[in-house]
Amino acid sequence: MNRPEHQIVLSRRAFLVSLAGAAATFAFAPREALAETSGSNTFEPTIWYSIDRDGIVTVNTIRAEMGQHIGTAIARILADELEVESSNVRISAVDTDPKWGVMSTGGSKSVWLDFPLYSRAGAAGRIALIEAGAKLLGVRPSQCVARQGVVSAANQSISYGDIVRRGAPTRKFTPDELTKLPIKPASERRLIGKKTDAVDIPAKTNGSARYGIDAVVPGMVYARPKIPPTRYGSVVRSVDDSAAKQVKGYLTSLVLQDPSNLIPGWVVVCATSYPAAIRAADRVKVDWTLGDSAKVSEQDILDHGAKQIAAQQGGSLLVNDPGIDSAFGAAASTLERTYTTASALHLQLEPVNALAFEKDGRFEIHCGNQNQSLTLTMLSKALGVPRERIIMRTYPIGGGFGRRLNGDYAVPAALAAKALGKPVKLVFTRPDDMRFDSFRSPSIQKLRLAFDARGKVAAMEHHASAGWPTEAGVTRAGLPKAPDGNPYDPFAIDGADHWYNVGAQRVRALSNDLALSAFRPGYLRSVGPGWTNWAVETFMDEAALMARRDPVAFRLELLDGAGRNAGSAPSSLGGAKRQAAVLKRAAEKAGWGASMPRDTGLGVATTFGQSRTMPTWVACVARVRVDRGSGAVAVEKLTIVVDAGTLVHPDGALAQVEGSALWGLSMALYEGTEFVKGQVKDTNLDSYTPLRIGDVPELDIEFIDSIQAPVGLGEPGTTVVAPAIGNAIFAATGVRLRHIPIRPAALLLALRS
Amino acid sequence: MTSFHINDRAVRVDAEDDTPLLWVIRDVIGLTGTKFGCGIGMCGACTVHVGGRPTRSCITPLASVAGAKVTTIEGLDPEGRHPVQKAWADLQVPQCGYCQSGQIMQAVSLINDFPSPTDQDIDAVMAGNLCRCMTYVRIRNAIKQAAAQSRKADTDE
Repeated sequence: MNRPEHQIVLSRRAFLVSLAGAAATFAFAPREALAETSGSNTFEPTIWYSIDRDGIVTVNTIRAEMGQHIGTAIARILADELEVESSNVRISAVDTDPKWGVMSTGGSKSVWLDFPLYSRAGAAGRIALIEAGAKLLGVRPSQCVARQGVVSAANQSISYGDIVRRGAPTRKFTPDELTKLPIKPASERRLIGKKTDAVDIPAKTNGSARYGIDAVVPGMVYARPKIPPTRYGSVVRSVDDSAAKQVKGYLTSLVLQDPSNLIPGWVVVCATSYPAAIRAADRVKVDWTLGDSAKVSEQDILDHGAKQIAAQQGGSLLVNDPGIDSAFGAAASTLERTYTTASALHLQLEPVNALAFEKDGRFEIHCGNQNQSLTLTMLSKALGVPRERIIMRTYPIGGGFGRRLNGDYAVPAALAAKALGKPVKLVFTRPDDMRFDSFRSPSIQKLRLAFDARGKVAAMEHHASAGWPTEAGVTRAGLPKAPDGNPYDPFAIDGADHWYNVGAQRVRALSNDLALSAFRPGYLRSVGPGWTNWAVETFMDEAALMARRDPVAFRLELLDGAGRNAGSAPSSLGGAKRQAAVLKRAAEKAGWGASMPRDTGLGVATTFGQSRTMPTWVACVARVRVDRGSGAVAVEKLTIVVDAGTLVHPDGALAQVEGSALWGLSMALYEGTEFVKGQVKDTNLDSYTPLRIGDVPELDIEFIDSIQAPVGLGEPGTTVVAPAIGNAIFAATGVRLRHIPIRPAALLLALRS
Repeated sequence: MTSFHINDRAVRVDAEDDTPLLWVIRDVIGLTGTKFGCGIGMCGACTVHVGGRPTRSCITPLASVAGAKVTTIEGLDPEGRHPVQKAWADLQVPQCGYCQSGQIMQAVSLINDFPSPTDQDIDAVMAGNLCRCMTYVRIRNAIKQAAAQSRKADTDE
């Protein structure tokens, strides 16, 4: 593995470790490096898997299963190197334990992070089993091969199960040896990249899959929250539950005491059944003192961001090339545009919920969760209990999309259980869930471009202001540092540091502190790249127009793979040239340049997915038809080409691109809410209107055949669709819109002016 | 006390008449395959069959199913191999899976009503079922496959 890239991985991980305050053991625990297991029933070469006497492999994963079929991918990575049949692999999604190190699932990073780990763990196990098998067969290891869980030499063989039965291997590997273990060449892969069914699917077709919301324990009471009028600063003055007492099954209303101040002003209404809790909560009257954000609305946040951008000082400079100001000073012409995005809600279909109870001095929390490490820190502070005395049980998640990276919803359940001395199952109704969402912050961005006298792009600036999710989740001091020494949230600016060669470049990230004080900015599928690429890719179209160039040709010229955009092994090998390749292919497939019917247009966009350290190269051509009478936009087709390196589970990869692309479409046209006086405006599906089946366009998705390092797939498809649609609307009508969501009313207004 | 049949089993439930059927199914009877999504009948995750018709159980009062036959995802087929369920597995439809019980129950009704569903039929009948993972392309294909299988089975009989 290329060392500099590896160090980037480690530093990002170390950063996550510091957030969680847990020790990193996401590798072989040194003392456990292939420990001797003679006499036991299983061979457990690492904490990450074991093999029993029947040759059944149980693979442990810390990753949350939320529809990305991550267990299937991890099992196949391991099984391929270990040389076992995937049908003999069982997946164990583990509960929290300090031995697992950081437990977090997000950023589309699971396969990228886990591929080296499980490959090497599998290779180590295979080597050890071959050595032990050779000894038992009385031959040299070099005479043996391992296939399908059997070690064979000439005309004799022994199964992995039998090797385990007869004492298990004793070979040890030091951590250093493990990191240097070679893994198979792609030509030797037997499972990776081959068609397979996802392991989690059957239970999701017959009702047997059990999510957090399905958890029960004897003696539990049901509870529903009263969501305070402001996320922070609300104080309960009084609670009047006299009307609730008419509800059969109503028990009590708890005013929660939260020493961590994560959920100030909370009241939880308890009952013997959930419908009783819903009804009682409707009747409980709480009088609150409001927090300051009761005076804050969407436009205030955007105005504040505009002021931050206008000020020369402030923010963090991710890129700040020498000569940028002189390049703008010497420019023959410049382009400057501002782009905005509205607040957007997760609306993951399983409303957030948690079951909590205390037993023998330990707290147990049952819920779906994407970041147990951070959630344990929250719970520990709120309960005043060391994290070693809290265990989180793992469940499949009924929709993650980043909502459950923030485990704040577990805190009121735990505090209520503590106060009541009984198990409490806290379920949010849909409006409760949406009002307590850590939604996608509104964003405002200003982009500038300088052309020199020959019409060449000479410089580019990108200033972005939004509420930073990672700053909300930890402290400012816990954030990584930009090259200028200032802290920044990579999740709020990734994407602005694109792979176009634009001469001298400046990228400035601004934390919108008004947003941060008014609500808890969240991670929403693709996070920052969901807004930065809306700006970059719309701007590239505007720049192409100004340069009188074709939008595809203009981009291809800038994606020259020179200098810092050359890429490096393993994850970004090939650099911008791979981005150019997907762009070319998408344009070709979509018939770029063909004449279109009236009011119909093609628009293009290309991105590198989530981050420069793990680029997933994506390009999209959208074909839209605009109804000039109503301003409605019909997306007829999305042509998408993706280079994600090696595809471990190809059908899972396709499913992720299908879902993420349509998520991007939904964000572009159908979603978006508004922050109004401390609360989001939309609280249910009556007014918040994600994409439904009837508006799904034709999808043409292609993957570049590749054996490069596998990278992320959960989010990248999201990042290209909104700008491709906006650019297609321009192609169809000549109208340029710079805000998402694009509402018919806004398009109509623009068409008429 | 309300009596009805659920998945061919007679039940008597002691809950208030206006209790939503969803919570009776999930918390009293203990069949958790039927899901809670929005509580206002707009996401479809809670869809069950009442008297063979697709019904949003989150807005259906318990009293209204007195004497009725209710079928949930668990009761659709003894082996979980209804043609729609098989198509869902074959085409690898579910992602997070949370909406899929409701999608499947709605799709079963669709195929009963429209044995050869057009895209327009699918758009109209499935419009009330939200899939937040956006598995819509596969839902559409699975409905067509299941419908074709069901027609074939009918012809073979």
